[in-house]
Amino acid sequence: MTTAAVREAREEARVRLPGAWGLGLRRGALEIKMFFRQRDHVVFTFAFPVVLLFLFASIFSDDVEGAGIKASQLYVPAMMAAGIMSTSFQSLGISIAVERDEKVLRRLRGTPMPPAAYFLGKIWLILVTGLMETALLLLVGTTLYDVELPSDAGRWFTFAWVFVLGLTACALLGIAISSVPESSKSASSVVVLPFLVLQFISGVYISIGTIPDWMLDVGALFPLKWMCQGLRGVFLPDSAQVLEQAGGWEFGRVALVLGAWCVGGLLLCLLTFRWKHRRDG
Amino acid sequence: MTTHTNDLAVDVRGLRKRYGDVTAVDGLDLGIRAGEVFGLLGPNGAGKSTTVEILQGNRDRDAGEVSVLGADPAHGTRAWRSRVGIVWQDESAPAELTVAETVRHFARYYPAPRDPAEVIALVGLEAKADSRIKALSGGQRRRLDVALGVIGGPELLLLDEPTTGFDPAARRQFWDLIRKLAVEGTTILLTTHYLEEAEALADRLAVVTRGRVVATGEPATLRERFGTGATVEWTEPDGTARAVRTDTPTRTVAELAHRFDGEIPGLTVTRPTLEDVYLRLTGQEEAR
Repeated sequence: MTTAAVREAREEARVRLPGAWGLGLRRGALEIKMFFRQRDHVVFTFAFPVVLLFLFASIFSDDVEGAGIKASQLYVPAMMAAGIMSTSFQSLGISIAVERDEKVLRRLRGTPMPPAAYFLGKIWLILVTGLMETALLLLVGTTLYDVELPSDAGRWFTFAWVFVLGLTACALLGIAISSVPESSKSASSVVVLPFLVLQFISGVYISIGTIPDWMLDVGALFPLKWMCQGLRGVFLPDSAQVLEQAGGWEFGRVALVLGAWCVGGLLLCLLTFRWKHRRDG
Repeated sequence: MTTHTNDLAVDVRGLRKRYGDVTAVDGLDLGIRAGEVFGLLGPNGAGKSTTVEILQGNRDRDAGEVSVLGADPAHGTRAWRSRVGIVWQDESAPAELTVAETVRHFARYYPAPRDPAEVIALVGLEAKADSRIKALSGGQRRRLDVALGVIGGPELLLLDEPTTGFDPAARRQFWDLIRKLAVEGTTILLTTHYLEEAEALADRLAVVTRGRVVATGEPATLRERFGTGATVEWTEPDGTARAVRTDTPTRTVAELAHRFDGEIPGLTVTRPTLEDVYLRLTGQEEAR
C-alpha cells in the first residue's frame, strides 16, 4: 500500500473511536497487573486487616453478655467492612492523588481515551482486590473465630448488596478526597487520618457499646458504620441485635444511607475531580 | 485525508496568558504549515511551554485565537485528540509495566494506531521492549515518551523541550528520530532553548522572548535579516585591543590599512553567527 492509501485508511478509521466499556476492561486488566507487580505493596495491603483482626480478636475474646456471641466474632464483620473501605477509599484516595501529582492523569487526558474508561479501570481493580480481601478475612473468620457462613440465600443477598454499595460509596469518596492532598508525599497522611478516625467511631476497633453516643452519631453520617452494621447482620446470630444502637440490624436504613452516599459521592466527584493539579493550571 | 497544505496546521493570533501578575504570553502570533518542523526557540521563562500547553488543550488562555488542525484546542474532541501527539516535558509512564505493554496499551486508545512493534523499533527500544520502565535510563524513557506520542499516528506532534538533560550523544540520536518522523510527513512543533537544536531540526523557527515572537523565518534568513553588520577587531601599537561594530567593514579595514600603512596587527573581521542574532533578539547579549 502506498503511504497515501495508508493515510486514507487511517482517516476512515478515525471516525470509529474505541468504546469506553472495552477500554475500561483493558484499563482494569492493566491496573490489576500493575497492582500485583508491586509485590510488597500487595502483601502488606492484604495482610493489614488480617493482622488487625488477629490482634483484636485475640485480645478481646470473652463472651459478650446476653448476646450469645464472643467479642472476637464482632471483629470479623468489622474488619471486613474496614477491608472494603481500605481497598476502595484508601487505595483510590492515595493512588489517584499520586497519579495526578506525577502527571499520569494529564498524560491520559492528552490521548483520545474516554474519561469513563479510566474510572471503569479503577472499579475493576477495587472489585478484584476488594473481593480478595473480603474472602481472605472471611476465611480467617470462619476457621479461627467461630463465624459461620450464612446458610440462607437472603443473607447472601444482603452480603452482596452491602459489599457493592459500600465499595461504591467508599470508592467515590476516595476519588473525591484524592483532590485534597497538595502532593503525592502528603497523600497517605491526608487519606489515612479520616479513615482511621472513622474506624474508631464506626465500631471497627472498639465495640459500639463502648463508644459515646455523640461519636456514634458522627460516625453514622458516613458509610463505614452502616457497612459494619450490615455485615454484622449477615454474619452474627440475631441474638446479637441487642448490642446495636437501635436494637436491630436496620437493613433498610443501611441500604438507604449507603445508596445516598453513592449518589452524593458521585456528585462530589463530578464537582471536584481534576485531571491535573491546581498549580498546573 | 484532510490535507492542510493550503491551511496552517497551527494558527495562533494574539495569544495571551497571565498567571497572577506575571504575563507569560503577551500577544503571540504563530503560523505552522502542514508537514514542516517548526522550532519555538527562546530562553527559559519566555512562554514557550505555556504556549505549547495551550495548543495541547491542557491550559486555558486569556485571549487570542487558536486553531490546531482546524479546531480550538480548548474544546478538543476525542477525534481531535487522536490526531495530535504530545511528548511531555516530564515523563510519567507507569514504572511497573514493560515498554511493549505500555506502547501496546496506548495504541488501544486510538482509532488507527501505528504498529506498536514498528514504533518501538522507530525509537530504538527493540532491545528494551520487555524491560520494565523503571529499569530504563533517562534517555530511553524520553524515547518511550516519543513512542507514546506517535503511537496514534498523529498529524501533528508537539514536543516540549524534548532533549533537556540529554548528553550530546543522546541528543544527536534524538535528532535523528525527529528527522525520521519529519520524513514520514508528520508536522512537528518543538520548543527548545538550545539554538543548535533549532538550527539542526527546524525548517522554520520563531524566536520568543517575554511572551512574544520577535523574529520568525528560516534559520539562514534570520541570520541574514538580523545579523547585519560585522565586528572589526585589531590591536593598537600600544597593545590595547580595539573593536568596532560596523555596517561597512571593508571601509573600516581600508582606513585602518591606511593608518597603519600596511599590515594591521591582530586584525579579525567577524560576521554575527545565528547565536549572536539569537542573543541580540532575546536581549541576552550583555549576559555573554
